[in-house]
Amino acid sequence: MIAAVATPTTTWYLLLGAALFSIGVVGVMVRRNPLILFMCVELMLNAVNLTFVALARRLGDIGGQSVVFFVMVVAAAEVVVGLGIVVAILRRKPNATTDDMAELKG
Amino acid sequence: MELFVFVVSAAMVLVGAVGVVVRKHPVHAALSLILTLFGIAVLFIAQEAHFLAAVQVIVYAGAIVVLFLFVIMLLGVDNAEDMHIEPFKVQRPVAAVIGAGLVSIIGLAIIVSRKATVPLVEQSQAVQDAAIDPQDGNIRALARDVFSDRVLAFELTSVLLVIAVVATVMLARKPKPGELVIIDTSAAPK
Repeated sequence: MIAAVATPTTTWYLLLGAALFSIGVVGVMVRRNPLILFMCVELMLNAVNLTFVALARRLGDIGGQSVVFFVMVVAAAEVVVGLGIVVAILRRKPNATTDDMAELKG
Repeated sequence: MELFVFVVSAAMVLVGAVGVVVRKHPVHAALSLILTLFGIAVLFIAQEAHFLAAVQVIVYAGAIVVLFLFVIMLLGVDNAEDMHIEPFKVQRPVAAVIGAGLVSIIGLAIIVSRKATVPLVEQSQAVQDAAIDPQDGNIRALARDVFSDRVLAFELTSVLLVIAVVATVMLARKPKPGELVIIDTSAAPK
């Protein structure tokens, strides 16, 4: 009977979240394009969201999903301000990488 | 069936995430990010978080990725990053080691504490599901929580969004002559 195969437990979701978070961390450390750095930060936020939702179901507590809701709002605000700064910098220095932003002055 | 959904969406998530990290072109990275975000949305549905799955698709895959693509187009689409330039020789090996170490440490912690996530009062998964997706729906349960226990945090997010909007407008607009300049974006690019 095929129904005997394992059904994914909370642990599977948590491990997937850990893998996704680590990929995001490696991306932030490796890439030098500021836009892609922001995308990797989004990956990490999504990994945390996945963990919250999985544990919300496991513990039967809707609070985990509420936290994810707030994380999404903060992520949207972060992307808006971050991309505003990136556009302001790249207008002055096209093709700037994160190394060129080492000092904030000018 | 549940296993099939998990495997397919986990593959989407991981392939998209690796794509974000390794693709040279920012547009391809943004499209990989969409793949990841849709995979996460499917996993949210599998975990009874129906409202969050909808918000994930609308806000993340819709608004945020479109904002990324908009900025990429605004800055010029054809500046793919040259991945062969390495300013620090040891950067990538060190990043790989740290990433592998992080995933193994977190994974180990999850495996070890697997039993500890059991609630204090032992209940079946069906009873747990009823708490986050009751008869009148997941959205009502979430709304009841957000607008009662967490209403202060909810109001603070509105303040946060207003601050973000004002900050972005201040960053983007050109200053008038003789005005205090916070970030000088008016200079012509060299």
